[in-house]
Amino acid sequence: MTATVESQRSKALKRAGLTALTFLLMVVMCVPGLWVVLSAFRPNAEILAKPPVWIPQNPTFDNFRKIFGLGTDQVAIPVGSYFMNSLIIALTSTAIALMIGMAGGYAFARYRFRGKGGIFLGLMLFRAVPGIALSLPVFIIWSKMGIIDTKLGLIIVYVSLNVPFTIWLIDGFFRQIPLSLSEAAQVDGCTRWQAYWKIEFPLARSGIAAAGVFAFLTSWNEFALASQLTRSTTSKTLPVGLLDFTAQFTIDWAGMCAMAVIIIVPALILTFLVQKHLIAGLTFGGVKG
Amino acid sequence: MPFWRRESAIPYLLLLPALAIMALVVAFPLIFSLYTSFTGYRLVRPDSLYDWVGLRNYSRILQDYDFWVAFGRTVLFLTVVLNVEFLLGLGIALLINRITWGQRTLRTIMMFPMMFSPILVGFQFKFMFNDNIGIVNNALQSLGLSDGAIAWLVDGKLAFFSIAFAEVWMSTSVFAILLLAGLFAMPRDPLEAAKVDGCNAWQTFRHITLPFLMPFAYIAMAIRSLDVARAYDIVTVMTDGGPAGRTELLWTLIARVGYDNSRMGLANAMAYVSTILSILFTWYFYRKLVAARRYMGGAQ
Repeated sequence: MTATVESQRSKALKRAGLTALTFLLMVVMCVPGLWVVLSAFRPNAEILAKPPVWIPQNPTFDNFRKIFGLGTDQVAIPVGSYFMNSLIIALTSTAIALMIGMAGGYAFARYRFRGKGGIFLGLMLFRAVPGIALSLPVFIIWSKMGIIDTKLGLIIVYVSLNVPFTIWLIDGFFRQIPLSLSEAAQVDGCTRWQAYWKIEFPLARSGIAAAGVFAFLTSWNEFALASQLTRSTTSKTLPVGLLDFTAQFTIDWAGMCAMAVIIIVPALILTFLVQKHLIAGLTFGGVKG
Repeated sequence: MPFWRRESAIPYLLLLPALAIMALVVAFPLIFSLYTSFTGYRLVRPDSLYDWVGLRNYSRILQDYDFWVAFGRTVLFLTVVLNVEFLLGLGIALLINRITWGQRTLRTIMMFPMMFSPILVGFQFKFMFNDNIGIVNNALQSLGLSDGAIAWLVDGKLAFFSIAFAEVWMSTSVFAILLLAGLFAMPRDPLEAAKVDGCNAWQTFRHITLPFLMPFAYIAMAIRSLDVARAYDIVTVMTDGGPAGRTELLWTLIARVGYDNSRMGLANAMAYVSTILSILFTWYFYRKLVAARRYMGGAQ
């Protein structure tokens, strides 16, 4: 009797230990990211302090004020316009990629047609072309067309970057919706177009939103192509702008950390909002035949 | 009736925008870069675009020591990081799968590194591995584990390690999340049957859990194969191929030859080699994924 109670207690203890260990592991995994975030709120002296100061003693927003040019000593890096460029380019390319992806994903999920598998594989393989390898010919062609260093040039590239993956995800979400729903609507007098907008689209909406977030993050975070196709404040994005700091003679670590926070926060919020759908989309879209 | 009014044309019409943009931004430039790779094009001399040199760029690559070193290093780098990511991801997924309390929170925390753009990851570890002010050296010194400043990003081998570390940190979650999703989707019956039949934990894992997880691992591999070239961002920020080319990967080499040395013809030839490598890699895992999917479909 006591033996089973004992073993149950040791089992519970083991379980608690395992949970604690896992949580500890995850926290350790987050330390590198947290360190940068924390450093954004420190004065430079504290960043350079030895031994390290883990928790900011005098949290400050000075670093942010400085990179936006609001402080007393200004940093000559136009973070404000980089931010706007990033936002405009990422949002526009996401919207276009979603429209194209919805049409394409629907075609893959709902129709049988010749060359289906080949076209799908072809789209994926196009996506596999390394950014820097693609940037060489695109750079030459875009400069001949005069769209180097414009937002338009980058938006076009990002749409093509996002279309294959958007199609993959959206295809998966449409497959999860039973075909009979749309058929029933059509029996009741809807056209296929109406059935799509009234039945299938609302059901797949959250999945499509997840695909949109994925596309947005890809554009928001992209560097290899942007670093070659942009030149000035009219089109430079945040990831490219981050390198401005290292180009200077002394690296402004505090400023860079603040800029890192500006890049990470929107990504963080968006991913948390759709993480459940993202995981479902990645697995179901890929596994269910 | 014209083709585009027929019912059978609908899927092609729906796919038309996708195919059009891919043709414009990927297929056409790839054909153009194939052409360029047979010319001696230099950015500073625009008319050299029509300067046909045949296979000279390719034969130069074949003899180029730097190129093959970078090539070998890239293959080594990918082999190491992908295997480490898979094993760590599997470990984390198995661990989280056994936890009952706070599982959802853990899964959310686990996604944290995935949100970082590669350029940020590079910057972050450049900051941490900095020999003077980096937290790694700072912590090692404060704990008394090392007295001097370790030159993480200056020594060739350590720099390679640091870059691999950054890459693993960024992408392990992809494996962990997809494998965890696989564990969640796993049916209970075969596990219990194995227990009844007297399998031990290792046997159960080896013969039931692992085969079931493999399609999920292939999804992760296929997804990763699409973005392995993002390591370019990390290397550019952390070492920019240095010290003395010790961390030069194929992608940084292409950028250096094409943009810094403005030898576009040669760079395009190199880019073609790296593109074919990437495509083979993706194709391989896509095939594996399809095969595993068919196998699972048959088994269920």
